[in-house]
Amino acid sequence: MGSHRFSVSVMPREGILDPQGRAVEAALPQLDAASVSHVRVGRRVELSVEAADEEGAREVVERLAGELLANPLVEDWSIELLGAETAAASRA
Amino acid sequence: MKVGVVVFPGSNCDRDALHAAELAGAEAELLWHAETDLHGADAVILPGGFAHGDYLRAGAIARFSPIMGAVREHAARGGLVLGICNGFQVLTEAGLLPGALRRNTSLHFEHGWVRLSVERRDTSFTNAVPSGATLRMPIAHGEGCYYLPDAELDRLEAAGQVLFRYAPPEGNPNGSARGIAGIMNEQGNVGGLMPHPERAAEQILGSDDGMFVLRSLVESTARSGVLVG
Repeated sequence: MGSHRFSVSVMPREGILDPQGRAVEAALPQLDAASVSHVRVGRRVELSVEAADEEGAREVVERLAGELLANPLVEDWSIELLGAETAAASRA
Repeated sequence: MKVGVVVFPGSNCDRDALHAAELAGAEAELLWHAETDLHGADAVILPGGFAHGDYLRAGAIARFSPIMGAVREHAARGGLVLGICNGFQVLTEAGLLPGALRRNTSLHFEHGWVRLSVERRDTSFTNAVPSGATLRMPIAHGEGCYYLPDAELDRLEAAGQVLFRYAPPEGNPNGSARGIAGIMNEQGNVGGLMPHPERAAEQILGSDDGMFVLRSLVESTARSGVLVG
């Protein structure tokens, strides 16, 4: 067993209007940042999962992402492993 | 005939809904979200507010409140469920109604009076609406933009599941697809709308048009039936 730390990035799906991104874009002229465009705003969730291996931990995160962290109708997500701490390593 | 009004942490229209259900002639009871049964309620209202702080997405966490198991079973048995505003968001997140309610395209929290056209008057949520009437009710939401992919919208409309649309003079306040303000499921026993019928329950509030919706719900349940399926 070991603890696996993941980040889940949730973004509005391509082609779906992102009012938050548009609001951020609206502020850019005040920042002299006219070269910046296509802003999209999502959210990042970090969590730790106790599991025998990375694959098992990732399965749990994948399930949570689809059922809770994101709404698959309007959002996409990607999962990234940030680090793992195995029982052996933590004893060392 | 008893209406159960679910109270999530962060609900804030629960007492208004309770009062309006009583005005419509029902016995009404508040049901705390941690309960696992409906205390014998014949119909259920999920009220407006900010359940669980609307964290993550409006309705995303409320969907997993313990009472939602009982609400789901009630709906599966054909029992009536009405979601108002945040309650509508909870029902879409729970998959009991199709679609999603996204951030208003205006970027604003929209509040004020709207007018609704009533698409059909032969449902458990609209049967008390007089012929030809449009309904005046308040809205108050930041995430009320109804979304469903186009092909599914076509199916929704063809199946007669659209209950209300935003109508002139105020029009569509939030960018909802095809001006949709309220829908029901295919079976016709689960309905949801963003406007607040319970806040338009008495003339002193500026309108009592919301009572047509509440009375439809209460009277349909008293007749113990879902009108369309």
